[in-house]
This record gives sequence, C-alpha cells and structure tokens, in this order.
Amino acid sequence: MSAVLTLRQVSKVYGSGPAAVHALRPVDLTVDEGELVAVMGPSGSGKSTLLTVAGSLEEPTGGEVEVCGAQLSTLSVDARARLRRRSIGFIFQDLNLLAGLSAVENVALPLELDGVRARPARAAALRVLDELGLTDRAGHYPDDLSGGERQRVAIARAVVGDRRLLLADEPTGALDAANGEAVMRMLRAACRRGIAGVIVTHDAQLASWVDRVVFIRDGRVVDETIPSDGPDTLLAPDGAS
Amino acid sequence: MSIRHALLALLTEAPKYGLQLRQEFEARTGEVWPLNVGQVYTTLQRLEREGHVASDDGERDGGQRRYRLTADGARELHGWLRNPPGAGPPPRDELVIKVQVAMRMPTVDVHEILQVHRRRFVEEMQRYTHLKADAAPEDVGLGLVVDAELFRLEAVVRWLDAADARLRRQPASPPLSAGPVAAPDDAGRDHPTGPVPDRRAGARR
Repeated sequence: MSAVLTLRQVSKVYGSGPAAVHALRPVDLTVDEGELVAVMGPSGSGKSTLLTVAGSLEEPTGGEVEVCGAQLSTLSVDARARLRRRSIGFIFQDLNLLAGLSAVENVALPLELDGVRARPARAAALRVLDELGLTDRAGHYPDDLSGGERQRVAIARAVVGDRRLLLADEPTGALDAANGEAVMRMLRAACRRGIAGVIVTHDAQLASWVDRVVFIRDGRVVDETIPSDGPDTLLAPDGAS
Repeated sequence: MSIRHALLALLTEAPKYGLQLRQEFEARTGEVWPLNVGQVYTTLQRLEREGHVASDDGERDGGQRRYRLTADGARELHGWLRNPPGAGPPPRDELVIKVQVAMRMPTVDVHEILQVHRRRFVEEMQRYTHLKADAAPEDVGLGLVVDAELFRLEAVVRWLDAADARLRRQPASPPLSAGPVAAPDDAGRDHPTGPVPDRRAGARR
C-alpha cells in the first residue's frame, strides 16, 4: 500500500500575537491507498482545518503536506489547483451543488474544468451516477432531488474521473439512519476500489464505518483506534430467562 | 433477552423439535446470539411446567419430543409482544461511577479515562459495523441485532462526549481526600454532601 496523503508536523495558526488561534498544532497523519480514515473530535478541535489543509484549500503555517507523492509546498498555485481538480474529491457539509446545473452536469463539471471534452465528461458522469443508483435522476436539478439523492450526487462528483483522495466533512449531514448508512456504504466501496478517504465527523456511527479512527482535540491527534482482526462472536450467549 | 418468548413465537408457526427451534432462533437473530441445546431444552421444560407449551408424547421421532404452543402460551406471548421491556436506568452504571470516582482522584486525568473508553467503544462499534457491511443485504435479522447494539454503543459514546465537555467547563473538583469529613448525624447515617433525598429516591433500584 502506498501513502496517498501524508501530513508531517503540520500546524495552522490563524491570527497572531495574543489573539492567535492554534487550529492545528503539529499533526502527523498518513492515509494509504484504499484506506478510509475518520478524524473524530468535538466542535473546534481542528478537524475541519485538517481537511482543508490536506486538500490544499488552505496553506499550513508549518510542516509539509504530500498528496499523491507531490509536496504541496513545492508546487506552483496552478499546479496545486490542477492536482486538486484531478486527484482530490471534496464532499462538504452543504454539498455545494450548483442549483442551475442538472445532476449529471454537476458531476461532469470538474472533468470539464480540467479540459475533458463535454461528451466524454458526461459519459463518465453518467457511469458514476449509475453506480450510485441515480441513472433516473441524472437530468434532475438539485432542488428536485431528495436529501439522500443530493448527497449521492455530491459523492459522484467527488469520485468521478481519476480521483485518488476523497475528503469529506460530515458527509451524512442531516440524513436519516438509512440514508446515512447508504452514503457510508458508497464511500467504503469507493475506497475499496483504491481511493484513499478521510472523513471528519463528531458522529461515532459514521466513524464506525472506517478502517481507522483518529481522535483530535485542541488541534492535536490524541489517540487512534487499533484495527481489529474482525468479528468472531459478537454477543455472548444469554442465559435462558 | 427473553429466549422463552422467542421460542413461543417460533411455535406459533407449527409444532417443532428442540434442535429445530435452536436452529431457527439462531438464523432469525442473525446468528449473533448463539444458543446451546441445553438452554433450549431447559427453557422448554420450564415452559411446559408453566403450561405454555405441551410436548407431543404420542408422536416421538427418534426419541425427540415435539413441542406445540398452548392457549396459555399464546396469551403469554401476546402480552410480551405488546409490553415494552423495562426502560428504567440500570441498577448501577459502572461507567458513570468510574468517571465520578476518577474526577475526584488527583493522580488521575479524567479526560484520559474518558478517551480510553471512547476509543474502546468506537472500536466495538467498528466491529459491529464491519460485520453489517460485509453481510448480505437481505440478512434483516443480523441488521436489526447489529443496529440495536450500535445505537446502544453510540449512546455511551455520546455520554462520554457530553461528560468530557461538562467536565472541561467546570473548575476542577476537590479530590476525595480534600472533601468534607463525613460526620454521622443523630441517626448514625453519613451525609458527606448533605442529605439529597430527591436524588436518591428513584435514582437507583
């Protein structure tokens, strides 16, 4: 397994002097190809900052971020934007779907922005929508879709093309348990196909779908789960009553 | 969990043998509640003594008894299905007691204790979720059992998060040794923090 995302001693400080906010104190994190990791912590713990820094949406104050073998600090602004478009998929809490574009147009957009011609971009978008059970909804606009369907369109947009890293901020949002489970099954399946995934959340149910949970507090990684060999007997036999 | 009522429910379909009941019980609960044969026969014997089932003495098959539901058993099952199990707090919640003890110990970081438990419970949730993720979608029995356990564990993790936040908002509690010395009152009872009849009443069964 090769590392898709590596954070080495990454820190992020907003402001300066006495008003400085240390959102990330030096953090180390590695996510391998095919691995799904959750970063879990309370509000204000630094988990969303970790995601934006990992996705090159913000520059770290210190340390080094490496995505798909490229050190972000050595890339030009244009090269970083290209890496972001081609290799990183984002799922934000508010989804950020464009209301004026249909589902398939929303999914095809990052490919077209990267220079892929309209027809193959649309074909690739339709393939992903089909995998996520949205073929019938491809022509619908976001306002005409249910919450679960919009979430699936956002996932389709995040994994379309040759994405290597998926970054998600509370990807099940306010979905009910059944739709939340469906979303996590899709993210898990995407990672099984080789994508590396990082989900930030405060929700233990969501975090339980991943391979490894990293706990963050006050900008520091404080703990992580130890992967188990797999379940054997989950529930002890109960006595007859 | 009431094995006896689960067995009564299986007998509503048709008379069945003990081994058959065991197999069907395990299959319908996602095979995560293993039952041994001894448990099944002990429970059936008790149900027979109580008149909820009757064994079919006249139709022995290779030495095996076949059990059928009686009218009394059907009434018992009907009542059980419609009455929620006890929803009150457990007699004593060990985790709550552990945290209450830890927060007063000067040599212990209660937040570290909370994190150890949070990690342990999330790891347990991972085991259940991965089992569900790898199961066939039509295995509804397993899904129901696993979901129930996941929601129970999630509630514990949420309590740990809430306890962590509550303790961080509060100034440090005095250690147990620095607390007021308990003095017996006239009736000889200890009230280290004063009488709190409302908290005690109904808080513990």
